[in-house]
Amino acid sequence: MNSKNEPLFNIVRRDDMNRRKAWCIRGLAIVIALLLCAVITMVVTGDNPISVYASMINGAFGSARKSWVTFQNLAILLIISLALTPAFRMRFWNCGGEGQVLIGGLAAAACMINLNDKLPNWLLIIVMTLASISVGALWAFIPAICKAKWNTNETLSTLMMNYIATQLVAYYVVCWESPKGSGKIGIINQNSNIGWFPELGNKYLLSIVIAIVITVFLYLYIYYSKHGYEICVVGESENTARYVGINVEKVIVRTMILSGALCGVAGLLLVAGINHTITTTIAGGQGFTAIMVSWLAKFNPLTMIFTSFLIIFLERGAGEIATVFGLNQSFSDIITGIILFFIIGCEFFINYRILFRKSKKTAVPTVGKEDE
Amino acid sequence: MQKETAISIRGLSKSFGKVKANENIDLDLYKGEILALLGENGSGKTTLMNMLAGIYYPDKGSISVNGRTVNIRSPKDAFELGIGMVHQHFKLVDVLTAAENIILGEEGKLNIKEANEKIKAICDKYGFEVDPSKKIYSMSVSEKQTVEIVKVLYRGADILILDEPTAVLTPQETEKLFQVMRNMKEDGKAIIIITHKLNEVKAISDRVVVLRQGTYIGDIITEMSDEREMTDMMVGRKVVLNIERPLPVSPTPRIIVDKLNIKDVNGIYKIKDVSFEVNSGEILGIAGISGCGQKELLEAIAGLRKVESGSIRYIDEKGDAEELIGLDPRKINDMGVALSFVPEDRLGMGLVGNMDITDNMMLRSFRQGGSPFTDRKGPQELASNVVEELEVVTPGIDTPVRKLSGGNVQKVLVGREIARAPKVLMTAYAVRGLDINSAYTIYDLINNQKKKGVAVMFVGEDLDVLLQISDRILVLCDGMVSGILDGRTAAKNEVGMLMTRLGGKADE
Ligand SMILES: Nc1ncnc2c1ncn2[C@@H]1O[C@H](COP(=O)(O)OP(=O)(O)OP(=O)(O)O)[C@@H](O)[C@H]1O
Ligand SMILES: [Mg+2]
Repeated sequence: MNSKNEPLFNIVRRDDMNRRKAWCIRGLAIVIALLLCAVITMVVTGDNPISVYASMINGAFGSARKSWVTFQNLAILLIISLALTPAFRMRFWNCGGEGQVLIGGLAAAACMINLNDKLPNWLLIIVMTLASISVGALWAFIPAICKAKWNTNETLSTLMMNYIATQLVAYYVVCWESPKGSGKIGIINQNSNIGWFPELGNKYLLSIVIAIVITVFLYLYIYYSKHGYEICVVGESENTARYVGINVEKVIVRTMILSGALCGVAGLLLVAGINHTITTTIAGGQGFTAIMVSWLAKFNPLTMIFTSFLIIFLERGAGEIATVFGLNQSFSDIITGIILFFIIGCEFFINYRILFRKSKKTAVPTVGKEDE
Repeated sequence: MQKETAISIRGLSKSFGKVKANENIDLDLYKGEILALLGENGSGKTTLMNMLAGIYYPDKGSISVNGRTVNIRSPKDAFELGIGMVHQHFKLVDVLTAAENIILGEEGKLNIKEANEKIKAICDKYGFEVDPSKKIYSMSVSEKQTVEIVKVLYRGADILILDEPTAVLTPQETEKLFQVMRNMKEDGKAIIIITHKLNEVKAISDRVVVLRQGTYIGDIITEMSDEREMTDMMVGRKVVLNIERPLPVSPTPRIIVDKLNIKDVNGIYKIKDVSFEVNSGEILGIAGISGCGQKELLEAIAGLRKVESGSIRYIDEKGDAEELIGLDPRKINDMGVALSFVPEDRLGMGLVGNMDITDNMMLRSFRQGGSPFTDRKGPQELASNVVEELEVVTPGIDTPVRKLSGGNVQKVLVGREIARAPKVLMTAYAVRGLDINSAYTIYDLINNQKKKGVAVMFVGEDLDVLLQISDRILVLCDGMVSGILDGRTAAKNEVGMLMTRLGGKADE
């Protein structure tokens, strides 16, 4: 213990942190992050931080429309996060949410464009739904079967499926572009509204209702169903799963199909319910953001409501700051980045403690504190 | 003789939430001494040792090493004080060689050649056999353990802590380990060994320290004590340890194995031309040195291993026979043929560490019923029963299994497997890592199954127990049947002979 190049501190794992303390640390992290952002904004804009934060809240909830949009975005992000969750609980790192959403959206758009005069509206909507779900599922099935049969790395294969999806969308955007030469598809069936999802009260509510239904379904599926139980066993220990007669390959494939199908639903909503068009960026990176949302919620569907709310709130708030104070979008990305950095970083202090080695006699271990 | 203290512990306490794992423990360890740490499952042995090794930090109390009060905050601190611990769950990197694992984490320049020489010197000094260039994944458990010990010595440990090193070793390997330990003791090293096998305690230790429910009970000089006294001290009351052997009631064949052949992945015969039968209401002990094919045999019956040729038939109560070879393991399982194999890696096979006891009970039964939802009522009851019957030390049935002590994890596994009320029960190493009292409870449970008419196949490494519990003993040698004996009349040396030589005859 007396060697000369003794490090200043040591990092030790801990697993005795109680929940309340953990949540205090998380709260503290957000507060510190907000303070830091306030300082940065002040330095850049010269405005007072209170008004900065006021504009943040304003950005998310400033008007009825803004609030609805916030909740609609929340719903989509939540659906994608929920979709990834069963796979994650199985320790199958599905990084292909983005591609599964995109391809689901593409399927919906294809139906809207090509079948608009061939089927009655209600039938078209059913066909679109089935198409999106099955294509999303297919996009997840391919990496799953490779993993199950040849034990390929799912992170790589799901990521590669993303590129394929993006390229396919790019290709069809050119095929279907309208007006010709614009490089965009534009609003599909703008006049007839064929294939557009019906509005539920207002145009935002449908996604929200579907998100609620999926949340409840997934909560029950994960914690109370036999499938959910199998997923958990496979994720924790494949050997144990085999030993008790669980067909591991089947569980992997089945779970990924569910995961992809739900991503397909998100794509469907984005195209048929919200945007009525498709672009390569329609998923907007949410397939990746969802990974974080799911992790932060410790793969619990109910907690995910809060984590996705947090992310959406930050995004919309930061966006508002940027517009109100005349800064470009990158600035809001910086703000979001800082806040996320703190939120994720604080998990470190929950899982590990830092032991400083100043006095050798005190027997009280120094508890890791939130000092950035 | 002047005894020099290596470690002295005063008033050490450690709690996990409400569980007081250690309370106010005083303990001294002297140089050149082998100290056995004895205690029931969950009495806090591992926790105490982990505090010396820097894994846990004590809530209260002091530790001094070589007369100096120290503060051990990490495994690195422990190493610098010359304390090295070999954990029950090995911490080796599978894809690296022995030498690479040994020097892993060393600071400064890495010089494999120098390291190899140093490793060789250590091996020669204490009588280890290690191939420094062998990869860990191709090693047997005992080889891995040797690497762990060499690793600790390589870093200059004078104080060695071995947590249940013998639980996964065969008797022969244990004897080898003990020889090495004696050499280290000669060299002035201080050693603490945890084991539940009292004959080993007698064989290797100078002194015994007993813990009970996290508190220090006392120490005894090994020579001046006997197994009975140690057990009573551990349990805290007089216990009677005997294994009953009721006569089988109307035994009829349940499993008939005929000319069975099994090859391993390399095409080497693991089981050759083996034929025998197992009757209802009887315990068939299977004896043999490790690697003689018991594991393969049981796995084949359970449908977990591919068979070359031969037949395994299951005869139900009505006398109808069904061929098991080629059936799905789950189907075999549903027919009532249960394999409870207690693996070397308890948590790796059979249990899920992060799930609570109830959910682990459910592993076997969750498929029952047509509903898509799981039913936790039955498993909950089973969990409570097992906890009560086997005296599992746990705050509750909703505690994750990974938080239980090694032996208690084991009880959960065995308890579940035995409670499945099968028609054929195969158990291998059921009492591995269990304290002596719990081991006897398990023997009782197995006997209860036998009385219910279950056909039991029992594999265990303790020959004495095998001789006491079995109605018949099947001895395997090199994958072949070396003999089938009556358990009531078989003599230990006779079985021993059969185990090492086919037919038991000395070849001339
Ligand atoms: N990380 C942990 N979290 C919570 N409880 C723990 C933890 N580690 C140990 N315990 C509890 O502390 C008690 C003592 O455990 P310990 O592992 O020291 O027992 P042990 O004497 O080594 O038993 P065994 O012979 O079964 O290995 C047990 O009741 C156990 O459940
Ligand atoms: Mg232990």
